[in-house]
Amino acid sequence: MFVLIGKRLISMAVIMAVVSFALFAIFEGDKLEVAGKVLGPYSSAEQRELWLTQNGYDAPFLARYVDWVGGALTGDFGDSIQYKAPVADLLWPRLANTGILAALTFALMIPIALTLGVIAGMKEGSAQDRSVTVFSVLTTSIPEFAMATFLTVIFVYTLGWLPGTSSFTEGFRWAEVVLPVAVLVIYDMGYVARMTRASMAEVMQSQYIRTAVLKGVPRRDVILKHALRNALIAPFTVIVLQLNWLLSGVIVVEVFFAYKGFGKLLYDAALFGDLYVLEACTIIAVVVAVGSQIISDIGYTLLNPRIRFR
Amino acid sequence: MSDEKLIALGLDPSAPVLECEDLCVSYIVRAGAIPAVADFNLTVGRNEAVGLVGESGCGKSTVALAIMQYLGANGRIVCGACRFFGRDLTTMSPTELRMLRGSLISMVYQEPMASLNPSMRIGRQLMEVPIYHDGAGREEAYNRALSMLRDVRLPDPKRVMDAYPHQISGGQQQRVGIAMALLSGPKLLLLDEPTTALDVTVEAGIIELISEIASKFGTSLIYISHNLGLILNTCDKIAVMYSGEAVEVGAVGDVFDHMRHPYTRGLFASIPLPSADKTTRPLIPIRGQPPQPQKRPTGCNFGPRCDHFSVECDAGPVPMEHVDGPEGHHVRCVRWGEIDWGAATSQPADTAPHEVGDVVLRVDHMTKRYELTDGSVAALLGGGAARSIKANEDISFDAREAETVAIVGESGCGKSTLAKVLLGLETATEGSVWLGELDIANTPVRARRPQQIGDLQIVFQNPFETLNPSHSVGAQIARVIRKFEAERNPDQVKARVMKLLDTVKLSPDFYHRKPRQLSGGQKQRVGIARAFAGEPKVVVADEPVSALDVSVQAAVAGLLMDIQRENRTTLLFISHDLSVVRYLADKVVVMYLGQIMEQGAVADVFAPPYHPYTEALLSAVPIADTSVAKRRIVLEGEPPSAIDPPPGCPFQTRCHRRIEGVCDTAPPPLKDLGGGHTLLCHLDRETLDAMAPVVALAESTTIE
Amino acid sequence: MADHAANTPTLSLADHLRGKRAALFLALIYLALMAIYGLAGAVLAAAVGVIVLVILGGLVLLSIRESTIAVIGFLLVFFWLFLASAAPLLGLNDPNAIAPEAVRLLNDINTANLLADAAEESGVAFPGTPDQLALLETATWFDFGFGEGQSYWLGSDIKGRDMLSRIIWGSQRVLLWATLATLVAYIVGMTFGVMAGYLGGWWDEAISFVANIMLAFPVMVLYIVIINALGASGVNVIIAVTFASAPGIMRIVRGLVLDLRSRDYIAAAQTRGESAVYIMAVELLPNARGPLIVDGCLRLGYTIIAIATLGFLGLGLPPPDPDWGSMLNEARPRAPIFPHMILLPAIALSSLILGFNLLADGLREISLRD
Repeated sequence: MFVLIGKRLISMAVIMAVVSFALFAIFEGDKLEVAGKVLGPYSSAEQRELWLTQNGYDAPFLARYVDWVGGALTGDFGDSIQYKAPVADLLWPRLANTGILAALTFALMIPIALTLGVIAGMKEGSAQDRSVTVFSVLTTSIPEFAMATFLTVIFVYTLGWLPGTSSFTEGFRWAEVVLPVAVLVIYDMGYVARMTRASMAEVMQSQYIRTAVLKGVPRRDVILKHALRNALIAPFTVIVLQLNWLLSGVIVVEVFFAYKGFGKLLYDAALFGDLYVLEACTIIAVVVAVGSQIISDIGYTLLNPRIRFR
Repeated sequence: MSDEKLIALGLDPSAPVLECEDLCVSYIVRAGAIPAVADFNLTVGRNEAVGLVGESGCGKSTVALAIMQYLGANGRIVCGACRFFGRDLTTMSPTELRMLRGSLISMVYQEPMASLNPSMRIGRQLMEVPIYHDGAGREEAYNRALSMLRDVRLPDPKRVMDAYPHQISGGQQQRVGIAMALLSGPKLLLLDEPTTALDVTVEAGIIELISEIASKFGTSLIYISHNLGLILNTCDKIAVMYSGEAVEVGAVGDVFDHMRHPYTRGLFASIPLPSADKTTRPLIPIRGQPPQPQKRPTGCNFGPRCDHFSVECDAGPVPMEHVDGPEGHHVRCVRWGEIDWGAATSQPADTAPHEVGDVVLRVDHMTKRYELTDGSVAALLGGGAARSIKANEDISFDAREAETVAIVGESGCGKSTLAKVLLGLETATEGSVWLGELDIANTPVRARRPQQIGDLQIVFQNPFETLNPSHSVGAQIARVIRKFEAERNPDQVKARVMKLLDTVKLSPDFYHRKPRQLSGGQKQRVGIARAFAGEPKVVVADEPVSALDVSVQAAVAGLLMDIQRENRTTLLFISHDLSVVRYLADKVVVMYLGQIMEQGAVADVFAPPYHPYTEALLSAVPIADTSVAKRRIVLEGEPPSAIDPPPGCPFQTRCHRRIEGVCDTAPPPLKDLGGGHTLLCHLDRETLDAMAPVVALAESTTIE
Repeated sequence: MADHAANTPTLSLADHLRGKRAALFLALIYLALMAIYGLAGAVLAAAVGVIVLVILGGLVLLSIRESTIAVIGFLLVFFWLFLASAAPLLGLNDPNAIAPEAVRLLNDINTANLLADAAEESGVAFPGTPDQLALLETATWFDFGFGEGQSYWLGSDIKGRDMLSRIIWGSQRVLLWATLATLVAYIVGMTFGVMAGYLGGWWDEAISFVANIMLAFPVMVLYIVIINALGASGVNVIIAVTFASAPGIMRIVRGLVLDLRSRDYIAAAQTRGESAVYIMAVELLPNARGPLIVDGCLRLGYTIIAIATLGFLGLGLPPPDPDWGSMLNEARPRAPIFPHMILLPAIALSSLILGFNLLADGLREISLRD
């Protein structure tokens, strides 16, 4: 067990090293471009040279990389070009906002998706199965920003029940969270429900379920005690990896609703060319994604005795 | 005592345990109803063991699932009744069924691993039975499960209770399956090919257990198998099924010795009994193949394949008729009274036994080890003192032109590794393999010249994997011809392919067919054609018939022998089936855990003195002949792992002739008994000479 | 029933056409014609292409008629594919042409709306002219037909361009780039996947490691980083999609190949000394095609989502040519007053993706049935 976690952590460290190096090379490989981005397009060549010297850019690339990694590890990502403030100060409140969004989404999406999937997979080809399948195909076919469009037109423009933007200008309001969360839940739910359904349907076809039925276990216990655990192993992995997808969705949803979260920060940084913010956000996103992969691996091992006890 | 349980459930203890009357089962698909079982009648009395025998697709498993009322979403019992102690199971409510299942009727399944819940400890799975059916508490349930595990003779039952299914071996899993089925004292136990997935020595143990428990627990059995020998060992009564119908039913002795249906007789003629011989009494395959369920003939289903077919057979559905003579012997044949059942089924082959030629292939002290890479962090940090698995150790034998050398052993004995080294898919660690004048032990196939590759080809085991499903039959054979004969002219290549198809007795229109349009036997024929396309000197046949039905086995094996005789090819016949080996091999090599335990001419190996392992193997093979008497030797446990072989003799952990202090310390010496017959064993010459034959034929070997 | 072809000696033309080879042939002709049209702007090629497309569509429909889901999905896809191919033949307005009347009308409606809002807020009577009041009452979401002799059936967009024309030309752009991007991603992913799966060992380790690194990025972050580094253009969108999709495809192919490589027919090919390239291309890949076709449909859907999302974020295909994502993005500021400008592209996009998803589902259902 510990060996497994250790191995995963090592592989995570290796991946992070490679990713950070690649990102650093992409963003800061060309230092003249860096200076151009910081000082703006109308700065002169001398100004740029001066700035580079002042900010330690004369050091060799590798030394700069090590320096940057050291800073990143201690939470120092440099100063934002756009906001003229330390990146860290911008980042953490934004991350917290996104955290709220993600937590609410997961809290709603997982129970709904699992229930739908299990109900559908219990009896393949039944009416309940067909309706869940159609519903999930429909929701996964509507991209986040299109779903956001539909919901906005209905609930904001037509019914006028909810605000169309979620910028929290008057502080945190639940009403402003409803639409972003709804969009994320609806889009991600279909996929998890389908995976759960497929897994459940496969388990219900398996020979050990036949054994359980034919040794006289009541149907309710066949499903709860025999089928469910085996059926949830595969969706578990999917759910954790869904965090990766959620991060993508979060960017779109935050941009659409002007939600002051991490995704919007990343997006704005990309548009503005706010290099240091973009670097920091990307690294954080990768850490979250890789971290979720490790959690998924470990969870899978814990759930599946065939791997746990070799 | 549990008759009270019967009465409580409204059952009549004086009625037969099971009575199937005119049972018909169909599977409903979009194209319509496919009849799987038709007009099936069977009565099972108390303590009676009934065998259901038939080839794949004959509906025998469907009968079992129909009895359990578990036919899936599209299976239907369309007519007839299935009465359990007088009550029709088809009319019972789900609750009533639930109370019967696992309690009064239970089942043991074909694939033990798949039939146990992978994420639940075995103890819990067993305890469920008494908890649900007898309202037992946890402690009582635990104790009952534990004692049942002892009854099925599982070593260390406490550990098994705590284990997950994947942590125990296949044989142990099946014992758990049997224990689970017996926990609630069932009146009827259905066994659906319970040993098909197991090795033959493990099978022997399970079979012994089954016969024992049936009498101990007063349970009636329905034993489903494709193996007539197993039925003979376990059952009192037999029902032979063909294409969804029972064609012959009766006491085992009556059916085995006085069969009255052409299909039954065909089956017996096509299995290699000890009385068969490839030159004097060759096997007779049943021609053709069973009809598809939608395309059954109007009359007798066996009609198209029957030698005694006449117009009356196709007049209409054939009823079951009582055969004159013993009670309970029924047969579904309109002409059973007219056929001369005493006539010989087998004609001596026209060819004389062929002479073997010079040595073509010589394996000389060949050893193959696999380095075991340890992926753990500790091993990575420790620099990795990698362990090695000895898949083949010090293998030496030779094969002559036109000779059939059988390599026999159970799974994991190293016979497949040997084939891989010969074919160049692996290279030997030590020793040499001489093909003609050339040592190929260290030449991987990519480094061999086309001529060398063409000289050594293989026929694979699994007909469903041997052909690439994406390409037509003709294209696949043509590729081999272009590869080995450097023939480029398309017409020439096609002509060669057609000739090969003709050799394996397939019609020319198979050229354009895709593998999915072929039956198992036809695929295997294409596989043979492909192997012989380059006119090889040596063909490795890796269990070429073991996945086929008995009636087809004989035909494919016969074909292989015919082509071999014609081309004077050396055949390395890898098999676990000693009956087939005895029938067609000239020479036998017996392997266990990577080493050759015994080798010699077929007559020497199958007669005493034996190596104790050969002795046990011979005893384990079920023989479908009432005139054969066998010495029973049941091996304990299962083959050890090749990663961690036992000290001394590899077989000492299971050997019934183990010499304490000798076998477990020193590796056994090689004993030469003369005539090329060698043994790897510690037993002294006297003990060896004193051995009695395992299989003895009674005086009269003729099957009437 | 599998060998019914063998039993009927003479095949009719229809039977010939129904064969897989014929369908493949037609698909190639269609692609060639579309390429001619795309490169040389030959409207005739497009016309012939549309005819081939209709025949091809009929054949596909025949072969998937067993599955209702697949038929519905295919009809949706076909609808857009047809419009995309036939766009030059439909006599549409120039999608980039700006109609001054439309702009004026839009501005008027906008002003009237703003005035009305202001009036409502301060609680006074409507301050505008009677004309503006009338406009407020008559103008609806979809402002059909305006000006003289010129009508935009689905109204105009924010800049006074024909919505209908932009939606249809947009479908062409979306389908073209999505197909190209998916194709490139597939070629890359399949090549590496079959190598990792069949060659194993260090090949597998190295390829899987690189794939893991790319999979470590959330997809949208990867897109943003790549587009940010390379700039927004069609080719760069293809590169971004390849980086994001190829590792997933590689994993799927690798898994399929790992399963297939233990089959006896692969061993048979090895024992007759076939080269690794031959085994991978001829023996392995054709047998992996079933799951890959299903995955391809799904992935085409994902790629369309990705391209549209990039367009929505302003990082996609450059203006002024229409694509659904950027149409939605441009119209967002005025969406409260003209919701049709964001609804129409959203509906078009969702229906096309739904088509691909349903088609994939139906194909999977059909393949499981056999």
